[in-house]
Amino acid sequence: MYLKSAYEIRDKYLRKDMLPTIFCPGCGIGSVLQFTLRAIDDLGLNQDEIVWVSGIGCSSRVPGFVNFDGLHTTHGRALAFATGIKLANPDLKIIAFMGDGDAAAIGGNHFIHAIRRNLDVTVILINNFTYGMTGGQVAPTALKGLRGTTAPYGQFENPFDIANLAVSAGANYVARWTVFNYLQGINSIKKALQKEGFTLVEFLSPCPISFGRRNRMKTAPELIRWYQKITVPLAKAKKMSEEELEGKIVIGEFADRDRPGLVREYQEYIKRAKKMMGWEQ
Amino acid sequence: MRYPFPVGRSDFIQGDEAIARAAILAGCRFYAGYPITPASEIFEAMALYMPLVDGVSIQMEDEIASIAAIIGASWAGAKAMTATSGPGFSLMQENLGYAVMTETPIVVVDVQRGGPSTGQPTLPAQGDIMQSIWGTHGDHMLIVLSPSTVQEAFDFTIRAFNLAEKYRTPVVLLTDAEIAHMRERVYIPKPEEIELVERKLPQNEEEAKLPFGDPHGDGVPPMPIFGKGYRTYVTGLTHDERGRPRTVEAEIHERLIKRIFRKILDHKDEIISMEEFMLDDAEVAIVTTGIVSRSAVRAVKILREKGVKAGLLKLNTIWPFDFDYIEELAERVRKIYVPEMNLGQLYHLVKEGANGKAEVELIAKIGGEVHTPMEIVERVVG
Ligand SMILES: Cc1ncc(C[n+]2csc(CCOP(=O)(O)OP(=O)(O)O)c2C)c(N)n1
Ligand code: SF4
Repeated sequence: MYLKSAYEIRDKYLRKDMLPTIFCPGCGIGSVLQFTLRAIDDLGLNQDEIVWVSGIGCSSRVPGFVNFDGLHTTHGRALAFATGIKLANPDLKIIAFMGDGDAAAIGGNHFIHAIRRNLDVTVILINNFTYGMTGGQVAPTALKGLRGTTAPYGQFENPFDIANLAVSAGANYVARWTVFNYLQGINSIKKALQKEGFTLVEFLSPCPISFGRRNRMKTAPELIRWYQKITVPLAKAKKMSEEELEGKIVIGEFADRDRPGLVREYQEYIKRAKKMMGWEQ
Repeated sequence: MRYPFPVGRSDFIQGDEAIARAAILAGCRFYAGYPITPASEIFEAMALYMPLVDGVSIQMEDEIASIAAIIGASWAGAKAMTATSGPGFSLMQENLGYAVMTETPIVVVDVQRGGPSTGQPTLPAQGDIMQSIWGTHGDHMLIVLSPSTVQEAFDFTIRAFNLAEKYRTPVVLLTDAEIAHMRERVYIPKPEEIELVERKLPQNEEEAKLPFGDPHGDGVPPMPIFGKGYRTYVTGLTHDERGRPRTVEAEIHERLIKRIFRKILDHKDEIISMEEFMLDDAEVAIVTTGIVSRSAVRAVKILREKGVKAGLLKLNTIWPFDFDYIEELAERVRKIYVPEMNLGQLYHLVKEGANGKAEVELIAKIGGEVHTPMEIVERVVG
């Protein structure tokens, strides 16, 4: 892969008048944004045919910085809005940029139903184990014992494994990486963007400000080291016992299949309706 | 274009069915909903018709998703509608505010039923008048229409789409279980008999760059729909004319919100529709909306027979509200009666409008029955 300079990517895809971004130093959202733009660039996708959709949260501010059509909606609802955009104009390709709280807490219902329908969308999910924008409350992805302002003594609930949830709900493509898995990350986004139906690339992403500070990892490098410690590649995980995997997060590619997407299913449905009513042969 | 129902003639149909057919004739090609009595028949009719006219009908996971989907569809260029009843309408309120803030044309039908909460699922009420006007948060402005017959349910649905498109705003069609489930003769016009309004699209790059500006001075910016290369950013945050988030500057927030008010209030004469019945020489006025208007017409006739100079003002538009007109009316009459199927919602608006110039009395009724004409008459003659 020929790597364009970050400047080239920035100049081509970001809205200059919106810079600088709102992201804190050491935040991983910018890296994931860069991966996504590089994937779009590498694939040579038409900028005018992509719509970015998001909910509310730090991660959801991304569509404001990129020079594409974008819909920054309400907390958790991005995929419901996306359903309308995609079905009303199937020519548009949709990228949903979401936070873990956004996707799995308030938006959990929309998330599983968008996957069940196999809505044609690529979800780029920033999992920072916390609610960044509102200042570090626990997210449903937070591992047991992690601290947040609303669980000052350490999370006592079980976390969601978003990628696994997406696999079982029926997503066509699911991968999870940390923001330091640069090439795997970009390749996964490229794969996701080329597929029909629901595709998800989840990134474990450092939030030193709202999350790290409260969990004795004030800087991005400290978070990197922690991610290295808690993540296990899929191939290795397969050989590990349940006890060994306790408190670990598996990374890799979890699903890659080609079930028909919602748009195609609906187009077939229209044909069936017309046939059943005797409007068409 | 072939239609899945007869056009250019009358049909004997329910209010919900009339709304669905009107929506199709108004050009609605995207419907998203979630079942709820007494609005489900709108969805069921849309489910039957939409695929046949190459439109979309989709059952979402809840009402929050339903209104979200139609807003998305509208930005993708479609005329879009959802329908619900009180509890579902409550769930929609956050995104209704989003539609106001992002100036998205959509039509939301609320077939009222007795509340609060799940209340009386099958019985009519007018308990959502305040919710339809004030349900979402923040200072906001939208349009609320209220039909009183099945024919009006049809006509007002077409009008709701036209107003939504013209003013780039959400429009609520506020009806009730009685009209939803009642069958009446309705004239279904041919498409060429219907006047349709389409949203303004940007005519050039300049206009497209100001998706929340006011290039034509009428307060309504052209809408750069997605996929046309305009690269529009739409956000529910306070934004400037170009759509850039500007959340802390007081002037920018004020300018935006006041324009959203102005684009509707400056055109209120065109938007507000009301009908007068025997009001010219009236000494007492009855002000109603929706289904109760029908009892009120009969009540006025009986009152006239009894020698009471009564007249009726029927509000087809509930919001914006013509406070000035009500004040003029209050100057002409001795007393205004407001019969409504709740414990006083329209009453507050009328009382404010009357501004002390005439006494205003509420004739409240709840529990799932429409006022009988005699109930109104008896209150007026005391
Ligand atoms: C209906 C609603 N509830 C709550 C909020 C407040 N809120 C804003 S952002 C946010 C959480 C964001 O966390 P996440 O989705 O994980 O994204 P991050 O900021 O970490 O990227 C919350 C709760 C809101 N805006 N709307
Ligand atoms: S609060 Fe966390 S997620 Fe939000 S911008 Fe700062 S570092 Fe990033």
